[in-house]
Amino acid sequence: MALILNEEQQMLKTSAKEFLTQKAPVSALRFLRDTKDSVGYDPSLWSEMVEMGWAALTIPEEFGGMGFGYVGLGQILEESGRTLTASPLVSNLLLGASTIQMGGSAAQKQALLPAIAEGQLTLTLAFEEHSAHRPFAVSSTVEEKDGQLMLNGSKRFVLDGHVAQKLVVSAMYQGEIALFLVDAEADGVKIDRRLMMDSRNAANIQFHGVVVKAADQVGNRSTLEQVLDVARIGLAAEMLGSMQEAFERTIAYLKERVQFKVPIGSFQALQHRAAMMFSEIEVCKSMVLKALQAVDAQDTKVPVLASMVKAKVGEVIQVVTNESIQMFGGIGMTDDEEIGFFMKRARVAQQTFGDYNYHLDRFASLNGF
Amino acid sequence: MNDTLTDKLTAFRQETANWLEANCPASMREPVKNGFDDLYGGGRNGVFKSEDQRIWFERMRDRGWTAPTWPKAYGGGGLSNAEAKVLKEEMAKLGCRAPLWSFGLMMLGPAILHFGTEEQKQKYIREICRGEIWWCQGYSEPGAGSDLAGLQTSAVDQGDHFVVNGQKVWTSYADKADMIFCLVRTNPDVPKQRGISFLLIDMKTEGVSVRPIKLISGKSPFCETFFDNVKVPKENIVGQINDGWTIAKNLLTHERSTVGNLFGSIMPLHEYAVDAVGLENGKLADPTLRPEVARVMINSYALKFAIEQTIDMTKAGHQPGAKSSFFKYYGTELNKDRHELMLSLKGYEGLEWGESYNEGKLARDMCRTKGNSIEGGTTEVQLNIIAKHVLGLPKSK
Repeated sequence: MALILNEEQQMLKTSAKEFLTQKAPVSALRFLRDTKDSVGYDPSLWSEMVEMGWAALTIPEEFGGMGFGYVGLGQILEESGRTLTASPLVSNLLLGASTIQMGGSAAQKQALLPAIAEGQLTLTLAFEEHSAHRPFAVSSTVEEKDGQLMLNGSKRFVLDGHVAQKLVVSAMYQGEIALFLVDAEADGVKIDRRLMMDSRNAANIQFHGVVVKAADQVGNRSTLEQVLDVARIGLAAEMLGSMQEAFERTIAYLKERVQFKVPIGSFQALQHRAAMMFSEIEVCKSMVLKALQAVDAQDTKVPVLASMVKAKVGEVIQVVTNESIQMFGGIGMTDDEEIGFFMKRARVAQQTFGDYNYHLDRFASLNGF
Repeated sequence: MNDTLTDKLTAFRQETANWLEANCPASMREPVKNGFDDLYGGGRNGVFKSEDQRIWFERMRDRGWTAPTWPKAYGGGGLSNAEAKVLKEEMAKLGCRAPLWSFGLMMLGPAILHFGTEEQKQKYIREICRGEIWWCQGYSEPGAGSDLAGLQTSAVDQGDHFVVNGQKVWTSYADKADMIFCLVRTNPDVPKQRGISFLLIDMKTEGVSVRPIKLISGKSPFCETFFDNVKVPKENIVGQINDGWTIAKNLLTHERSTVGNLFGSIMPLHEYAVDAVGLENGKLADPTLRPEVARVMINSYALKFAIEQTIDMTKAGHQPGAKSSFFKYYGTELNKDRHELMLSLKGYEGLEWGESYNEGKLARDMCRTKGNSIEGGTTEVQLNIIAKHVLGLPKSK
């Protein structure tokens, strides 16, 4: 497959860019933060995204979706990374819809996917229990008690966990990791919203004797691994958008800011660092598209590509967001200037679904060394 | 692609595969052990290392397949790009070595096809395809490295000929070459880029002398070349007088992308690492080098995908432009990085220098990679180009 966007994908990217720049620029995130918004994203904006078909993009046509694929969703995510738009794209689509698609029974798909596509249902995945990404070290349990299956345990860093209607929860069941669908309002679910540095949503959730049914299982360990790989690649697309935007804003500033009677962009000390960042961003672009295409092609290299791209993009976005603030100088340290928002979002995205070190380690293991 | 075209290509593939199978000697299908030294370089005094090498070269030459896509009229193969790709793929399947490797094929030929006169094409392109002349390149000078356009070697117009005086450096294989393509100053009184011409000089001419250069890696193909009142016929100029910089830039772009590509290939670095330090519980026995190996491998893939994307963009009719501007910088820095890591992985064994290049290959290769980010435009010059031409940053004072 050629490593370029086809015409439809390019059109989707262009329209996503227009929409997001107009409706949800960085100032919208600032507004949500400053007004201490209880949802953490704008539900009416999400409705508009649903109307444009974004929630249906990756869902197969037989379940009320568009079957357009993850390359398409990746373009929207990339553009949303440029505007730092808060929305349930990651939690509800990359995690929620992907889980049902990859691990759900025919009945579950029929019941849930059309609802997601139409914006009637928001889902998220609760799978982290430790201080950093360790998705397969699970202590939560689903055990039989008094003829009922009960979920016990606690989860951390559940993206959009305080607003999602349903949660998919990982737990040990009959000696294996299993995923269970739980209603967010079920008895025994205690949700604690946490404010994160990127002004986005994450929650710590406790489950005390929550009753589940065997029929609510939506997959197992391998489902979780597959979903996480898709999520890593999708999030890398968002991070690619953020790093490009932060970089372009920095280049514009280097041309505009005058010191010693010349634009500071004329200094070679800054030019070379800018050129190095440009090169790193260029390789990220190709790698993200390669990984997105692999997801749509159900390529066996998806796991390796997911770790490759999450590591590489994580490495580069850290450099770019740090250099952005340094090159903006004092103004970059102020809250009035938006460049700092990019670093804050980057740090959260870097750790989400595994950071640079996690993925170097996983890449090595997947390659047998 | 329409069906007739596809059928034709399929037929061409079959014919080519059959022909290669019948005509490529077994020893010419073995991987090269000593890099370019194992390939035939041609020249007036060209020496074949084996009878098989001679047979293979002559058979390919007679089909024009030393330069598959160049016009038949000048000794090339006249193949379309699609056919040339098929030939390359079929050669790769059998492991066929290149029948001829020369600067004429890689660098001068494309420039003459683009800028040369009909007479020059008839003469030089034919000679290059037939491996009759060994060409070397005379660009850099002791005082003109990164500032190449500041070159001083002068060619003074004497009516029917030029008289050349000056010195070139880093002239690879000048001690073996028959001819040199040179950048010379034909006008000292204009802005430096506008007074340069592209001149072809016979190395046998009186006043040309050569001295080899020894590098930190040991032996090298590099030389210094001196010109002392060398008479060169007027018709040896390529393109217009004082317009040589255009040709030089064209050639350099070509060289830079070739250098980047050459090092873009992915070596199975993890296999090398496992071989060097072994596994413990399924993981590389050296826990500090393990993530380093992963990092360098990921960067190699990153460059590979970027090159792949550029090729796909070109095929789809887009101008890759900026996309390829960083390959030279990225590829050469990566190659240095990889060699440092290989040296760490090999430990004391990797430090051995030995009596010959192959006895101390890793240590010598590692030394040699330091030149990658200097030759063909330094890393710093590449970064300047990106800053200025791609990012549009203001000129530095």
